[in-house]
Amino acid sequence: MATRLMFENSCDVGVFSKVTNAYCLVAIGGSESFYSTFETELADVIPVVKTSIGGTRIIGRLCAGNKKGLLLPHTTTDQELQHLRNSLPDQVVVQRIEERLSALGNCIACNDHVALSHTDLDKETEEMIADVLGVEVFRQTIAGNILVGSYCTFSNRGGLVHPHTSIEDLDELSTLLQVPLVAGTVNRGSEVIAAGLTVNDWTAFCGSDTTATELSVIESVFKLREAQPSAIVDEMRKSLIDTYV
Amino acid sequence: MEPPAISCRRLDMSQDAGMFVVPQTIGSVLCCKCGVPMVPNAANMCVTCLRSEVDITEGLQKKVDLKHCPECDCYLQPPKTWIKAQLESKELLTICVKRLKNLNGARLIHAEFIWTEPHSKRIKVKLTVQKEVLNGAILEQSYVVEYHQQDQMCESCTRVAANPDQWVAAVQLRQHVSHRRTFFFLEQLILKHDAATRAIKIKQMDQGIDFFFGNRSHAVKFVEFVGKVAPVRSRHDKQLVSHDAKSNNYNYKYTFSVEISPICREDLICLPPKVAVSLGNLGPLVICTKVTNSIALLDPITLRHCFLDADQYWRSSFKSLLTSRQLVEYIVLDVEPVSSEVNVGGSKCVLADAQVARLSDFGKNDTIFSIRTHLGHLLNPGDYALGYDLYGANNNDIELDKYKGLVLPETILIKKSYEEKRQRKRGKPRPWKLKSLDMEVDNSRGRGDQDKTNNEYEEFLRDLEENPELRFNMSLYRNRDYQPSEMASVTDGGDVPSVPLEELLADLDLSDEEMGDDGMRE
Repeated sequence: MATRLMFENSCDVGVFSKVTNAYCLVAIGGSESFYSTFETELADVIPVVKTSIGGTRIIGRLCAGNKKGLLLPHTTTDQELQHLRNSLPDQVVVQRIEERLSALGNCIACNDHVALSHTDLDKETEEMIADVLGVEVFRQTIAGNILVGSYCTFSNRGGLVHPHTSIEDLDELSTLLQVPLVAGTVNRGSEVIAAGLTVNDWTAFCGSDTTATELSVIESVFKLREAQPSAIVDEMRKSLIDTYV
Repeated sequence: MEPPAISCRRLDMSQDAGMFVVPQTIGSVLCCKCGVPMVPNAANMCVTCLRSEVDITEGLQKKVDLKHCPECDCYLQPPKTWIKAQLESKELLTICVKRLKNLNGARLIHAEFIWTEPHSKRIKVKLTVQKEVLNGAILEQSYVVEYHQQDQMCESCTRVAANPDQWVAAVQLRQHVSHRRTFFFLEQLILKHDAATRAIKIKQMDQGIDFFFGNRSHAVKFVEFVGKVAPVRSRHDKQLVSHDAKSNNYNYKYTFSVEISPICREDLICLPPKVAVSLGNLGPLVICTKVTNSIALLDPITLRHCFLDADQYWRSSFKSLLTSRQLVEYIVLDVEPVSSEVNVGGSKCVLADAQVARLSDFGKNDTIFSIRTHLGHLLNPGDYALGYDLYGANNNDIELDKYKGLVLPETILIKKSYEEKRQRKRGKPRPWKLKSLDMEVDNSRGRGDQDKTNNEYEEFLRDLEENPELRFNMSLYRNRDYQPSEMASVTDGGDVPSVPLEELLADLDLSDEEMGDDGMRE
């Protein structure tokens, strides 16, 4: 299910939070209701970690990560890095990278298997993304925007991209990512998708301006209606058992 | 917090350079409000939703008052300009759109009238405006503005309504001679130059014409025009009509008295001694060959000529000795050129010795005059000519008396006469006509006066035919009633001068009906 919420009168919840399949980061100093929305939805499955990055609360735009790892910009302090390492599950690799473009969340969009990156990222950063997050990296633009992290959001099951994306671009991106994509908006017509929406395989959080139409698009493309954390675990277990047997 | 917007423009240059460009098909997204598929726009909302969300015509004027003068169909453009405009005209649309105060930053795209009953006193204009709304989406919307025509007379109409013939300046044009030829000529000049279009009223007076104007400057302009085409002397006066001591406003009526010199073309003049001396002992008997803003004088005996401008003339202001009404018809018996052709002030003359006899004497007695004339190039033995009979004339001119021992020539010929040949053409219409000023004529003075005027007009027309120089500043119009008879074209070949057809102007058809009976004189 997708949830509508607000961070301090701002609908850009994707800026102040980061949700993956293995953990959830939320900005510190938010209201209790903001935290409790995340916690009711996620706390019994994955850890919800309150943190800042580089002393700021715009954590969703500064970091990039999936269930395997988390990339932090060079502005991250040692304490924050330590705090995150302590709070996240052991299998999640937390890595601080020296990249000139420090808003990694704006420059990188990823799920557990593939990542799209800003065209100007360093070669080392690209390698780091591939190593830490365990993904294939593609340098791409979305509807002419190089900030791929801002204008698209995708999980392992589907993705939402900038509304001006042409059909050819949609086809190409969909082929690269191997997930169904749809062009759409959040927050009553806002085209900055990632700022208004943060999503994992079974749940999504979006700004409270998001209309019912937008919400239904989000739920259908990310396949959130049938999705339950247990369903995924069951599936995983089945495959595990398969391999065991 | 939104990410920094770094826009990456796709370069259009690549297309020009012939590079391969991936075709881009614009997809559709769902409208964020109603969910219909639509082409993505800046607001990502379909037009209907956007309309329901924002009304760009909010706060724009929907009802405007328009001052309208019912008399002259003018509309007031504040502060005080009245503009004449028809309903549904471009001008009216301009006025209407200009009356809108502020468009709230919206851009006017289109305006058109919606038809309304003319007497409903409502004008409806449909306006289309564009304005930027919601992150750069431009919305276009049309709305109707209703203009309420409020009747209010404009200044000039108020004035006319209060007193229909309220003139401010009058020009009294006078020439103290016994004929109206000058005014026939002047009328054509005025028509040609549209000099009296501003006149409220034109009235024919004894020995002149009165022009009435609504504005002093129009009268001044007209006086200046007359000063350019005739030797005139003018003076002006004003009469206080009313005044407002508090605001220092004075209302005057102005009168311009303009006198045209009584010297006309073909007049015989005896120059006063002083003038004759100042012109290098010209004359003293001279004939006037041409009158424009100066007077051209010619000594017929020596072919000396000179020009007198208005100033010079009015300094001495002499009168003519004999005028064209006193011309007598002569028959030319013999002509013997004395000089070769001489160019005198634009026209050609040949000095000749001639023997002439008065037509009235011809066959009765043997009175023959041997005279000298300047018409040697025109006259042939047997021709008729018009001239002044000084032999039989009884002069009592003060100027003439001042010359002691001046021997007067017996006859001074002025022009060749076509009277005999014209007899045959009498009563036939001319192939051309002239326009005339819309003049008030006082008909109370009887029929004789009317006949005299008609005769003079006929003479004037004849003059025009004989003198291409006179026609120079006039507009002659083709007379469409005229049908050239075959007889005329065969017999009256080239003897009598007439106006060549190519000089005539075709009359404008539109004005034909109004002009038909009163505006035209054949």
